[in-house]
Amino acid sequence: MSAHDSPDPSKAVLWDTHYHGHDVISTRSFGYFLYLLSDGMLFATLFAAYGVLSYSHSYFNGQTPADFVHPWYTFTQTVALFLSVLAYGMGMSAVKKGNKAGLMNGLIAAFVLGVIFLGLDIHDMMDLAAHGVTVQTSGGASAFIVLTQVHAAHIFFGLLWILVMMAQVAAKGFTTDTVGRLLSLRMFWHLQAIIWVFVFVFVYLWGYMS
Amino acid sequence: MLVQVPGGWNPLLGRLAIDQIPYTNPILAPLFVAVVIGAVIILGLITYYHKWGYLWKEWLTTVDHKKLGVMYIILGLVMLFRGFIDGLMIRTQQVWANGPQSSGVFGAVHGYLTPFHFGQVYSAHGLIMILLAATPLLVGFMNIIVPLQVGARDMAYPYLNALGLWITAAAVALIMISLFVGDFAHNGWFGYAPIFELQYSPGVGVDYWIWTLELTALGTTLGGINLIATIVKMRAPGMTWFRLPIFTWASLSANIIALTSFPALQVALFLVACDRYLGSHFFTAGFGGNLMLYTNLFWIWGHPEVYFVILPAFGMMSEIFPAFSEKPLFGYITMVAASFAIAGVSWLVWLHHFFTMGAGPDVNSFFSVATMLVGIPTGVKVFNWAFTMYRGRITYTAAMLWAIGALFLLLVGGLTGMMLAIPAINYMVHNSVFVIAHFHSMLLVIVYAIFGSVLFWFPKVFGFKLDEFWAKTMFWLFSAGSVLVFVPMYMLGFMGQTRRLDYVFNTAWHPYLVTEEIGIAVYCLSVAAFFVLLYVSIRDRVKNRVGQDAWGTSRSLEWLTHSPVPFYNFAVTPHVNARDELAWRRHNGINEAQPTQYVDIHMPNNTGVAIYIGALTFVLGFALTWRVWWLCLLSLVAIIVLMIVRSWRGDPGYIITAAELEKMEREAMQRQQQVEGHLPHHGGQAVPGGAMAYEGQKVSPLGTPPSSGGDHH
Repeated sequence: MSAHDSPDPSKAVLWDTHYHGHDVISTRSFGYFLYLLSDGMLFATLFAAYGVLSYSHSYFNGQTPADFVHPWYTFTQTVALFLSVLAYGMGMSAVKKGNKAGLMNGLIAAFVLGVIFLGLDIHDMMDLAAHGVTVQTSGGASAFIVLTQVHAAHIFFGLLWILVMMAQVAAKGFTTDTVGRLLSLRMFWHLQAIIWVFVFVFVYLWGYMS
Repeated sequence: MLVQVPGGWNPLLGRLAIDQIPYTNPILAPLFVAVVIGAVIILGLITYYHKWGYLWKEWLTTVDHKKLGVMYIILGLVMLFRGFIDGLMIRTQQVWANGPQSSGVFGAVHGYLTPFHFGQVYSAHGLIMILLAATPLLVGFMNIIVPLQVGARDMAYPYLNALGLWITAAAVALIMISLFVGDFAHNGWFGYAPIFELQYSPGVGVDYWIWTLELTALGTTLGGINLIATIVKMRAPGMTWFRLPIFTWASLSANIIALTSFPALQVALFLVACDRYLGSHFFTAGFGGNLMLYTNLFWIWGHPEVYFVILPAFGMMSEIFPAFSEKPLFGYITMVAASFAIAGVSWLVWLHHFFTMGAGPDVNSFFSVATMLVGIPTGVKVFNWAFTMYRGRITYTAAMLWAIGALFLLLVGGLTGMMLAIPAINYMVHNSVFVIAHFHSMLLVIVYAIFGSVLFWFPKVFGFKLDEFWAKTMFWLFSAGSVLVFVPMYMLGFMGQTRRLDYVFNTAWHPYLVTEEIGIAVYCLSVAAFFVLLYVSIRDRVKNRVGQDAWGTSRSLEWLTHSPVPFYNFAVTPHVNARDELAWRRHNGINEAQPTQYVDIHMPNNTGVAIYIGALTFVLGFALTWRVWWLCLLSLVAIIVLMIVRSWRGDPGYIITAAELEKMEREAMQRQQQVEGHLPHHGGQAVPGGAMAYEGQKVSPLGTPPSSGGDHH
């Protein structure tokens, strides 16, 4: 039981006076990773709802994805988002060298590409609305729009976060706080790109072929 | 894009109007007056005694995990009381509105509640008891005990901890205000499609229900992240995984469930909100919506949630049994394995809530077998507790009585659960009060474990024991009430009484309903005994003061520091040498050995940001409920701005110097001496320095370990 693997009580260390505890960045990154797990579950649930609402009767009498998705248009979004992640990654490699300008360039490029992604998305949604596909059209259209727009909302908040980080790094440089947050934001940005892969494959490509 | 709401709407106030305040309701209007008078008295007393500064500095802005935990528990107890009153109202309505000859008052044909009002009462009862009473109570205990058991100074993220509390408090405020402004949902606590659609529930009740659930889900998710990170990252040196106290293991398994399942609830409710606000067709009866999609999504969260609340309760029992049997927990490893087995299986059983959906024999068989599998790890736990007591030196303290009571209830609830897991039986008793009696038996396991834990850990948090006589009185009254209410309920379930009846047609059931009402009266006595218990214990607090190890037989690390626990938890981080560290130290006669040397320690600062954000989430929920769009936008922007401001400022924390620490420790030691009549071994010299690097410090480029030291785990 408990005593088997225990040291000799007369020699045992009872207090750890100089125990430094945890490293701030690793603890925060771990917590943020846990949050991203829950974010992944959020999308998993949305995909489940999309799957259930993707039968032909789910579209009622309205158009089905085969009628209204444009994979090539959406492919440009994919490219923009992936390049944004790449730019962010290159910015982060500049952090390793302590290169502030390199990080800033990476963040600016990531931001601009993210804005392009979001702009294309908004244009797509307005185009769909003009062709009579809105959340009010049918259950299938609701699932399509809510899934893609929840992803877009994540991108929006990611862009806001990139702006905040640019300001913080400009004002404070690389501190435990800012570097830790840049790492968290990196995980966030990557996850949104990964989820976009699923959106593109299961919603756009599959929808186009259905 | 937004849907038109029936009734009035104006840009300034949304759907708010004077006729939404139920001032003509003969039950709510006097209650409102009583609440206002009570609030004026409390606020007046705080002002009279000049306690606002104390309240603000010591409680409302605190990031101390123990104080946050205490506030969680107070919140949970208040809501437990509110939920109990709802239960009392339900029982009284059913015993009154029994048979066509029964009288009716206050506008009701039978009884005293109209069907719409009755619907709100049972919906609020369920939601409150599970999400706003049991959950905060358990989260509160995990908050207080887990950091102490792992030997940490605080949670991994103290500020996030405060945020979780205040968002939960916002959810509580939202459901409480629904009493007096507008009405609450009448669709049951878990809701049904399509009755919660705007078309069929045009009022604001469903919206209150949506945003209350969303806020509590958010608060619980944040708390879950914090607890997992605390357990993984903050363990004291020497605290290997298999030296982790069992309550901490239970908390870990429970919070993994919370983290992964609450997003499903958030999405399910968010989609309901889309239907009601944007006019989408997720769960509508036409336009390609799918009614059962909602039920599935809800219970994909709902069943793991059940285990999220029961697992910490099992953990509590696993702490109480060994302490009062003076033996180590029997089968520690199997207990850990059982917790995680339950957590894992919890994901595979949700459909047993609606076998009658008619998914076919293959689907129902799968979920039936999966549900029965839960009985195996639960059985392991029951036998482990029994073997822990076997040949132990049992002390029947009140805490132990609650734990043993929980064991019996678990047997009743568990075996009826096994019956319900059989689809053939389930078809017969689906939505009958047999099901209600079953899950109340299970939830009472949690209540028993919580009251046991209140008694067990109260001296740790406040430094004095609760009165044993009144605690036992409360236990016996509560147990008598449980038997009187739920045994007839099982019987009525077999006789065919369905749940949620605002009018019970069968007068032959009257004796059973009367017995249940008597049980509720006995419950009322036990509530009174609880208040007497608090009064007597606080009155006799000097007499009942305790030292570090309040029970003299406790086993884990939280009993190694002073009672009440100082705000820094441990003056020096303990080094863990064994599972059940304190028991090991006591066994070897070194349990009173004190550190010989103190060093500076670093603590987080208090912050008002958490409570501001909590208040703003309440405003956001209220504005969304009433469709006041400008206020939604304003509060959302304010939340984001506050978050950015907080992240900009950061928290440098502050240092308690070794000299201050030594002074505080010496005083604590003297108090201990007065209690126990002797002074623990003490010596040592204060040395300055040694504070850990934290914020605002430049770090070296990534790739080299930061100067604050690596991860020691």
